[in-house]
Amino acid sequence: MDLSHIFNSKKFFSKSFCAVLFSLLSFSAFSQEHTSADTAHAETSVSHAGTEKKEDISQIILHHIADSHEWHFFGDVSVPLPVILYTENGLVSFLSNKFGHNDHGTDVIEADGSKLVNYHGKFYYPAPVKGADGTYITHDSRGDILNAKPLDISITKNVVSLLISVSVLLIVFISIANTYKKREGKAPKGLQSILEPIIIFVRDDIAKPQLGYRYKGFMPYLLTVFFFVWLNNLMGLIPFFPGGANLTGNIAVTMMLALCTFVLTTVNGNKNYWGHVFTPHVPWWLYPLMIPVEIIGLFTKPIALMIRLFANITAGHILILSLISLIFIIKSVLVAGVAIPFVLFISVIELVVGFIQAFIFTILSALFIGMAVEEHAEH
Amino acid sequence: MIVGSIAGIGAGLAAIGAGIGIGNIGGKAMEGMARQPEAASKIQTAMLIAAAFVEAVALFAVVVAFLGTGQVN
Repeated sequence: MDLSHIFNSKKFFSKSFCAVLFSLLSFSAFSQEHTSADTAHAETSVSHAGTEKKEDISQIILHHIADSHEWHFFGDVSVPLPVILYTENGLVSFLSNKFGHNDHGTDVIEADGSKLVNYHGKFYYPAPVKGADGTYITHDSRGDILNAKPLDISITKNVVSLLISVSVLLIVFISIANTYKKREGKAPKGLQSILEPIIIFVRDDIAKPQLGYRYKGFMPYLLTVFFFVWLNNLMGLIPFFPGGANLTGNIAVTMMLALCTFVLTTVNGNKNYWGHVFTPHVPWWLYPLMIPVEIIGLFTKPIALMIRLFANITAGHILILSLISLIFIIKSVLVAGVAIPFVLFISVIELVVGFIQAFIFTILSALFIGMAVEEHAEH
Repeated sequence: MIVGSIAGIGAGLAAIGAGIGIGNIGGKAMEGMARQPEAASKIQTAMLIAAAFVEAVALFAVVVAFLGTGQVN
């Protein structure tokens, strides 16, 4: 059955988007019941505002860039997301607002026979007795948490954002792939005309220079990585619902992307590549030094890919949030006159950074794969 | 009294190094492009790759600074 006419229609996009939006917004009614508890907490935090103000703001910023078990829209409106934990008693799942919004570790919750405590958005097994600070969390002298944790495989905000971006990519690219099949040899049309220059850019400026005539086999991977990273960078910059989830600023996501590149490089590496690693072109007595260095080099390349994307995007988000927070640190509306235009400026730069990071991730992936597959004569 | 982490100073020092590096790369690329405008696109690609490598060092420092202040874990 050919469904491309559905994907091609503009109505499909607008209707499905509205449907998703409204169905998600309808959840917000559930979150209202905890408003009183939240305001009570807000009052206590105001009372000792003076000394802890700066720490509060850095906490707020880190809270914004971190993953969470609910999707916060504005004010008290948020959508609870399912929490799925693999505990000692097997799988436990519940909606994140079932036990309220207390994440200070002061209440023990009991879900399907497992005792848990929510501390800063993460679930731990509670300590047997309440500590001096009123929580069930025990810290060591350095402030690290000693409590054991169940395996958390929840559908968090980042996972939802990932699913949204993947469905957008699937819808867009399956539809244009079908259009290519149908309109072979004709001029591009509609969505195709927006994306064709970018696809050709990836092919001619990224794949061909690095991979030579073997580019065809790696094009699907490079295009996927490029559009995935780019779309998620851009969606992270949208401050409200479909975006705002800082997905590419999550080190686990970038680790998986880097791991894909690492697996491709390792699997496709030919004998020259491994020859460089295990018999480098140096005098034999340098081998004990060079071989470990080359082996470490295999791993530092994907690790650098991982850190680069994560740190770039996270740093951008922190920068924007810090500039907005300046208004609240200095406590003057006048600062907004300086801070907001600067935030706009940085946001525009972040749009460019979002593209450049996607480009760099893809071109370095192509470069590493190219190093693995090149023949000796091509030097 | 100023309270902070020494890791922040480290990140700042790394930013100086990366700034010098990226400044050099950008400056030389501009020179190259001015001399040979027809090679501009190739120079630009190579420049971005080199800048990414330099930048990575500064970003490693940022991550170390985060870990040093114990804010991200």
